[in-house]
Parts: sequence; C-alpha cells; structure tokens
Amino acid sequence: MKRFLIPLAIFLVLVGFLGIGLKLDPHEVPSPLIGRPAPDFKLALLSDPAKQLSPADLRGKVWLLNVWASWCSSCREEHEVLLELSRQGGVPIYGMDYKDQPAAAQVVLERFGNPYAETVVDLDGRAGINYGVYGVPETYLIDRSGVIRYKFTGPLTRESFDKKIAPLAKELQK
Amino acid sequence: MIPELGHFSLILALLLALTQSILPLAGAARNIPSWIAVARPAARAQFLFVAIAFGCLAYSFLVNDFSVLNVAQHSFSRLPAVYRFTATWGSHEGSLLLWTFILALWTMAVTLFSRHLPDDMVARVIGVMGLVSCGFLLFMLTTSNPFLRLLPAAMDGSDLNPMLQDPGMVAHPPILYMGYVGFSVAFAFAIAALISGKLDASWARWSRPWTTAAWVFMTLGIMMGSWWAYYELGWGGWWFWDPTENASLMPWLVGTALIHSLAVTEKRGSFKAWTVFLAIAAFSLSLLGTFLVRSGVLSSVHAFATDPARGLFILGFLAVVIGGSLLLFALRASQVGLGGRFALVSRESFLMVNNILLLTATGSVLLGTLYPLFLDALGLGKISVGAPYFNTVFVPLITPLLFLVGVGPLARWKQANVPELAARLKWGLAASVVVALLLPLTLGAWKPMVSLGYLLALWIVVTVAVSVQGRLRAGAGWSANFYGMNFAHLGVAVTVIGVTMVSAYETERNVRMNEGDTITLQDYTFLFKGTTNLDGPNYKAARGTLEVSRNGQPVTTLYPEKRTYTASGMPFTESAINYGFTRDLYTALGEPLDGGAWSVRLFHKPFVVWIWMGAVLMALGGLLAITDRRYRTASRRKGTEE
Repeated sequence: MKRFLIPLAIFLVLVGFLGIGLKLDPHEVPSPLIGRPAPDFKLALLSDPAKQLSPADLRGKVWLLNVWASWCSSCREEHEVLLELSRQGGVPIYGMDYKDQPAAAQVVLERFGNPYAETVVDLDGRAGINYGVYGVPETYLIDRSGVIRYKFTGPLTRESFDKKIAPLAKELQK
Repeated sequence: MIPELGHFSLILALLLALTQSILPLAGAARNIPSWIAVARPAARAQFLFVAIAFGCLAYSFLVNDFSVLNVAQHSFSRLPAVYRFTATWGSHEGSLLLWTFILALWTMAVTLFSRHLPDDMVARVIGVMGLVSCGFLLFMLTTSNPFLRLLPAAMDGSDLNPMLQDPGMVAHPPILYMGYVGFSVAFAFAIAALISGKLDASWARWSRPWTTAAWVFMTLGIMMGSWWAYYELGWGGWWFWDPTENASLMPWLVGTALIHSLAVTEKRGSFKAWTVFLAIAAFSLSLLGTFLVRSGVLSSVHAFATDPARGLFILGFLAVVIGGSLLLFALRASQVGLGGRFALVSRESFLMVNNILLLTATGSVLLGTLYPLFLDALGLGKISVGAPYFNTVFVPLITPLLFLVGVGPLARWKQANVPELAARLKWGLAASVVVALLLPLTLGAWKPMVSLGYLLALWIVVTVAVSVQGRLRAGAGWSANFYGMNFAHLGVAVTVIGVTMVSAYETERNVRMNEGDTITLQDYTFLFKGTTNLDGPNYKAARGTLEVSRNGQPVTTLYPEKRTYTASGMPFTESAINYGFTRDLYTALGEPLDGGAWSVRLFHKPFVVWIWMGAVLMALGGLLAITDRRYRTASRRKGTEE
C-alpha cells in the first residue's frame, strides 16, 4: 500500500510547483548588466540626424533609457505613462528607437506625443544588443556615473514605476 | 444568431455531461439499472450538442463573421477557405472546443462498440469520461468561451498566424488530439476497474484495442508535428525538445509502455497494478501537457496566449482528476491482485524492464521540461534546459530498450529458454555487428554512434525475421496481432536509421549568393537565379529560384520564398525541399543583403524522411494489430495464450 502512494505524493509536489509557477514569468530574464557601466554608443538623434548622443554626454544625470519602436504595439501601452512621467519632470527619459524606420518613429511621436528629452536611432540593433535587449519595450535606469541600476522589461505601468523605479531614482538623485 | 446557438449548445452539453457522469456512476455503485442505462443516451446527446457547437464556430469562421471575437482575432477575409476552417482550432478557445469535440467522439465510439461489455463497467467508463467532459465544458464556459462577441464587429480579422497556414496544420492538431484524448478511454477503463475492484484478463482484452488506437493516432500526430516543424520553420530541424513537443512525447512514451503492459495483463494476468498506473499516467500526462502550453508557466514557441485565471482553473482540474485517480490507485491498487509468477529471464521480465525504461525516459523528459520552473520557483535563478540535456539522458535509455525490442518477442512467457534464444540469434547478432561496424566506413568517416544506431536497427530487423520465420515454420496461421507487432517494430528500426543518418551525416551551407552564383553541397550544385516578387492571397513574397544539378544533369528547381503577410506584417520563411528516399535537399532564403544578394541556407539531409516513414510504419503496425479477431468476439471468454 505504501509504495502505491508514491505517485500521488510526487504529483502533489508537482502541483505545488506548478501553482507557484503561475505567479512567475518565464520570460523575465534578470539583466547581468545591473551594477555595470552602461554600454557606450554614439547614435544619431531622431530629431536631428546631424547630431549624436552617447551615454557619456549624460554623466551627472540620473536618467531613463527607454527602448521602443514604431512597430511595437506594447510600446503604445506604456506611451501614456511615459508622457505623464515626462510632464512631472522627475527623471528625464531618453528614447532608443530600436530596429525601426526613423520616418515611422517620427510619425508615432507626432501623433501620440513625445515624452523623450531626445531619441537616438539604433537602426540595426547593435546598441540594443550590447544592452541585452531581447524584446521591446525595455527601460533602464542609469545613475550619475553611467552605471545601470535597474532594468524593466515590458510596457512600463504607473504602478511598477512608482513601486520599483521611483524610490531607487530618488536615492540616486540625492 | 449562430454563435449564440453554439454557446447555448455548449451549455446543454455541459448539463448532459453532468447527467452522463453522475447517474451512471451512482447507478453502478448502487446497482440501479435505470440510472446505469442513462450512460449511452446521455453520451450520445452530449456528442450531438458539442458537434453543433463545433459546427457553429466553424461556420462563423467560414463566413468571416468578424462580430465573433475569436474569428476577428484569428482569421482574415483573404485567408483561403481551408485555413479559415482550420482557424477554428487555431486559438486557445477553439482548440479547447476541438478537444471537447474529440472527447465526445471517443465517448460516442465507446457507446457504439461496447455491446459485449458488462453494463456496470460501461456505465463507469462513460461516467468517468463524462466527468472529464464536464471539466472541459466548464472551463470553456467560464474562462475560454469561443463564442464571445466583438461589438461593433471588426472590419477584418488579425489573420491566422502564418505558421498555421499550412496543410500540415490542417491535420496535425485533430490527429494529435485523437491520440491525447483517446488515452482517456484507457484511463476510464482503469478507473472503472479500480472502483469495481474487478481487474482480470478480459478487462485487459477490452482495453487493448482502444489504447492501441489512441496510440496509433498519437504516433501519427507527433510524426506530423515533427515533419511540419521541419519544412515550415526554415531551419531543417525535426525535434527541438520544446516543452510542447515534450508534452506530446511523454504521453506517447507512457502509452507505448501501456500497450505492452496490457499485453502482459491480458495474456498472463500480471502487471495489473503497473497497467492501471500507466493508464492513469498516460492520460494524466495528456492533461498536464494541455496545462503546460496554456498556462504561461513555461516559455515555448508553441504556447497559447496566457491568462492566470485559465491557468488556475486547469491546475485545479488537474489536481482533482489526477490527484483523485492517484488517490484511488493508492487505496485500491493492492486489491487488484497479483498475476502469474515469472522467471528472472522471461518475456514478462523483459517487458517489465521495458516499462521501467520507458517510464524513466518519461521522467527524465518531464524533469528537463519542468526544471526551469523548479529553479525559478525556488528562487535559484533562470535557466533553460535544451537538447544537450535531453539527448544525453534519452539516448542511453533508448539503447537498451531497442535491444529489448529485438529479443523480447522471441523470449517465452514465464521462463525464457536462453540457450534456445542464443542459438537462434547468434548468427543474426554477428551479422548485425559486422555490418554495423563496416557500413559507416562506406559513408565516409567511421563514427561510433552511427555503428550503434545501425547495430540496433539491424538487430531489430534480424530478430523480426527470425521470429516470423519461426512462426511460419511452426505452421501457425495469420495473426493480426503478431504481424502488426513485428511491422511496428520494423518501423522503429526505420526511424532509428533515419535519426542516425541525419544526425551524423547532414551537411549545411549558409552563404551569401548573388544572382548567377553557384555553390556545391555533397555532389549537388545549386545555381541561384535571383528573386522575383509575387502576390499571394494574403501575403507578398520574394521568391528565389535555385536550379539544382548533379554531375551536370539537372535534378530539380527549387523556389524558396520570403513572405510578408498582409494583415499582421509578419515576415515568414517558406523553405523549398526536394524530397528523396535517401536524401532531402533543403533550401531556405535568409535575409536580403545589399546589392540584390541574399543569404541562402542549403542543407543535404541523408535519410531524414526515414524518421517519419518509420513512424507511419509503427502506426500501421498498431492499426493492423487492432484488427485481430480476438477483440471482435462477442463472448466473454478469458484471454488465451498467444
């Protein structure tokens, strides 16, 4: 009789794990770049292709790097949140237009509003790869010395910003 | 109107399923014939209404009714009619309706082909299947209703995923579901046996054809999935150990163990507890697979869109069904009784090892599939488990198994005559070893794994020949069971050869080609003649032309395409394959490069089609075995010695 209970016991343990699994997200991969300097890039601005921007230019500031694209529907979801944050003026947001067509990106910003202090154009995604971008949108919090402090995958919500990013940003801005 | 009719039919089906479960099960327990008699009519009526619901959904797709949310999300007006039909099951909700429909179909079959079974057993079997139906119908009606309306209606749909717009996808899900769901019959038989406490050889004889039939469908379904992935995904792979693939492999492995275990229970009355457990396990793995691909618990290329409410429901359903049956097993298994004794070396002991090896293989696949979840749940980080683990674990388990495939059928029941076996097989074994060692040399480099693969395949062929010869010499007549078994085992050998050859000897080139460039692969020359643009019904494509020749003689022209589907904007690779008995030539377009050049992928895959041919042979063997006369006799005689 005892050994016949083994399958049931194994199954119950399995159900336990599956239950926990429902709360987890297998797609959320923690970034190995947290605590490391933000990878360098020198990319043209969307607004003025003659000018360029690199993370070094933003030393001394605490800022958000938001990777987005015109073809990304989830980005549309977080757009309102980003606009709100930019209006509040807490942490400046810089956009990285990832593997996109600049003209299409322009259209999106004109139509839906521009929350970005500036947007750089990463045409072939090389800069994105250095950041470990594996989906769009993704948002990075970078501190005054250019070190990545936090990475948020997926569309940013007001809730996640207030809970996860805002306190850290405040700390860094002191 | 039609969608509402479908919705209403589902509700009626649920009520009928409840009737189908509660009354017969209670009636069998309390010996109330009128309640027992409800089983068949209730099951048939449930089938009718599920069929109506399915028909309503299919109709909505065929007429492009974009006021139905499911149609708007998964179809497109310019989608060819056949794919509008298959889109019926191209979504989470639709595939659940397909599942429920196929379950009702199997139940219907049980009502028709169970005349010779005792009434209380039929009542229990239909009742248990009814409980499963209730679960799925409730799941659909509460969390996954395919008939939800979208008002105002969409102008057009978002299109069916391009990967599903393919003949393979027309057949693969229904056939695979016939397998998955078919194991519910064996499951119901097992539960019925545990509840009634009656488990004898005739129970096994009744369960066998149903189980083998489900197994045949499962084999074909997996084979189609593998072949589809091969030609559709553009990378030439045929098995990726993706969680969804594993979700179909695991019930198949256990199902294979089950059909063998049932043979022992029928012929010798042994392995009763094993057989009941395997029957529960096979269907449990089917249900688990259904959970894994819909709950968001694992990341997979195959997964449906996820929703925590759905995940929770299925998990609860799993806990009740599987937990309940394993509890019943724990309580009642000791009462099903022991069968005949057998020696350490006998057909029974070989089949016992067979059971253990297959179960261990299933366990390893399950462990590998769930390991990322286990680690993440324990906060130990995120990892992914892939082919290296599975191949390392699976191959050493399959190797002794293949050896047993050869020697098992030749061993006597109860006590194998080892000297006799050795005498019959020594020359065959020697010949297999010699050929296996020398053959790779003729193909180029000598590789030990190739020799091993060939040794095992040839061993199976040789033992089948010895077995058939022995039977013919003894003057025994036709036996569908015997020849079906041997045919299926030959199929295994064919698949092993295919896997061995393609894994060891496939070659690939991944190159930049301009118009007019040629490239050689093995002794085939590929001339790239550039691309032309063309319009499909719901896509635009760049079609490449590759002229293939060998020793100056033209072989074929291949047209791989790179498509962009209009509704979704999704880019897609359509490979072009020249199929052959001894090799496939596989071509696909990569990316367009500057100057009109393209990156092109070319593969030479020797014997790859043997992999799927072998699976078809296995299925045919199983089909043949089902036709055996023993299953069609109406009398309730006990199982006889083969």
